[in-house]
Amino acid sequence: MSNILVVLESRDGSLRSASLEAVGAARLIAEVSGASVLALATETCELDAGVLGAAGADLVLMAKTSGHSAEGAAATVARVAKEHQASVVLLAATVRGRDLTGRIAALLETGFAADCTALDAAAMTFTRPILGGKAFTTVKINGPVAVASLRANFFAAAGREANAEVQEVVAEAGLSRVTAINAQSGGRPDVSEATRVISGGRGMGDAANWNLLEAVADAIPGCALGASRAVVDSGWRPHSEQVGQTGKTVAPELYIAAGISGAIQHLAGMNCSKVIVAINKDADAPIFKHATYGIVGDALEVLPALAAELQKLNL
Amino acid sequence: MNIITFVKRVPSTTANVVITENQLNPEGVEFVLNPYDEYAVEEALAIKEAAGEGSVTAISLGAGEAQKELRTVLAMGADAAVLLASPLAPAADGATTARALAAAVKGREFDLLLFGKQAVDRDQHGVGPAVATLLGVPCITEVVKLSVADGKVIAEREVEGARETIEASLPCAITCQKGLNTPRFASLRGIMAAKKKPMEVIDVDLGTAAVEVVAMNMPPARPAGRILGEGAAAVPELVAALRNESKVL
Ligand SMILES: Cc1cc2nc3c(=O)[nH]c(=O)nc-3n(C[C@H](O)[C@H](O)[C@H](O)COP(=O)(O)OP(=O)(O)OC[C@H]3O[C@@H](n4cnc5c(N)ncnc54)[C@H](O)[C@@H]3O)c2cc1C
Ligand SMILES: Nc1ncnc2c1ncn2[C@@H]1O[C@H](COP(=O)(O)O)[C@@H](O)[C@H]1O
Repeated sequence: MSNILVVLESRDGSLRSASLEAVGAARLIAEVSGASVLALATETCELDAGVLGAAGADLVLMAKTSGHSAEGAAATVARVAKEHQASVVLLAATVRGRDLTGRIAALLETGFAADCTALDAAAMTFTRPILGGKAFTTVKINGPVAVASLRANFFAAAGREANAEVQEVVAEAGLSRVTAINAQSGGRPDVSEATRVISGGRGMGDAANWNLLEAVADAIPGCALGASRAVVDSGWRPHSEQVGQTGKTVAPELYIAAGISGAIQHLAGMNCSKVIVAINKDADAPIFKHATYGIVGDALEVLPALAAELQKLNL
Repeated sequence: MNIITFVKRVPSTTANVVITENQLNPEGVEFVLNPYDEYAVEEALAIKEAAGEGSVTAISLGAGEAQKELRTVLAMGADAAVLLASPLAPAADGATTARALAAAVKGREFDLLLFGKQAVDRDQHGVGPAVATLLGVPCITEVVKLSVADGKVIAEREVEGARETIEASLPCAITCQKGLNTPRFASLRGIMAAKKKPMEVIDVDLGTAAVEVVAMNMPPARPAGRILGEGAAAVPELVAALRNESKVL
């Protein structure tokens, strides 16, 4: 019986939520093929067998090592994949996940598909954006194992009633190692992972006006801040917040674009968002062609009103 | 310090994309050196200059046209270029590309392998770490700060909401992210000098692709949206729509 192996990522000893989405995706394949879902944490962390079982895992393995080495993690995954005859290996397409995907495929002498946004469990094909999101390709992996990373917010934990068992496994040694990790985002989620995002563009006028975006973000739980490249290039916001072809690709449930014109490179990074709200004083701005809802007006006046209206809801 | 950089010819990010028969229709599309590979080339040149010795070799797996981008890299200051020529190269998947690049590195001396973090055509984020794995050397991805001294590499990268410091020993592979440096432009003298620099062209057979393309499509069209109104007066309607119609709040 073949298995589906999911690589679990942790930070500061806790599991990252993107990993639960990958477990849910593995469950979709398991339901069709009758395979089991194995989840493997490549370093010691706090694992809740109930949560992982509900997300879709049958068996949870945890490698006994502290600290992250990409080579070590990839080697542990490849060994476990062979030991358990995995036919599919799934990862979350985070920075670490993307780092591991190509390595695991190399170790297993197979192909890989990065940043997938959909999968067909019966045909075993993966769909992924290319050309910065301007096109999509559906691929089949011609190898003994299909290795794929999955973009945040496209898959969900299974939400079933089941428990998983947790077992310890030996970790492989690595070559490079992470020696420090410093939190940066001041408590807000990262724009690439958040389910709600508010982004500002050059139309915000000045870095000092970001308090208006922050007030809206504060009124929406789990809301991250994003920015256009014009804003990042002006030094108003850090590159880590840039959304677009040369920044981060996002697919939240709600994306609010304030003072952003909607250039092709910005759209490429956020076009997959479920609901897009545009606030722009130019009724002809291209962003309105892609927005679910638009307000024509000065963002510096609309945003405080929006923050006040949202605060009333006490979300 | 012997450094190999890996560069790809890709469509410009401003290109209008048209898909015909599961391929990007190249008509009217401008091709450029992959923007992230410019950071790799710049870093290679800066490290060699600081060391005061060594060489920078650029390798590209591409169709014949990729000689143009390799000439650009030579004009920026690289010492030699190698084109692994295959008509199938531009569409090759990450694993197939990595095998060809790793095979080309075998037998060459190197201290550092420098990649872009991503080629902006297939966006696979995986060729660098895959090549390093095939060669058995450490790899640090998406690097925004790099120091190389006494056989040791200390690098920083941004992960979701945090910054990591990663250490490894030479020989080592690095994939370069925006912020690492500011790539130089080729000078007129550089462009002249590049004409005399060696460009090796090796025909390669990519074998069976590790990943098969089943389909290629344009993104699904978004349903038409609507303008709710003007200015702050439209805010209550927006919030109501987000709550009751779209149910995202
Ligand atoms: C290779 C390459 C890669 C790129 N990658 C990216 C990328 O990753 N991400 C990205 O975002 N861009 C990227 N760009 C840049 C992109 O082409 C645009 O230049 C950029 O997105 C514009 O940012 P903007 O919308 O903030 O500014 P602008 O285009 O200047 O638009 C400002 C908008 O604000 C509106 N406005 C002005 N004042 C107000 C106000 N008071 N209230 C409301 N609205 C107002 C204006 O009507 C206008 O529509 C890239 C470009 C290139 C060439
Ligand atoms: N055909 C190629 N020739 C040379 N280098 C490549 C090629 N494809 C990818 N690379 C290198 O690998 C990096 C990551 O590419 P990718 O994994 O395809 O996103 C690029 O920035 C290049 O440095």
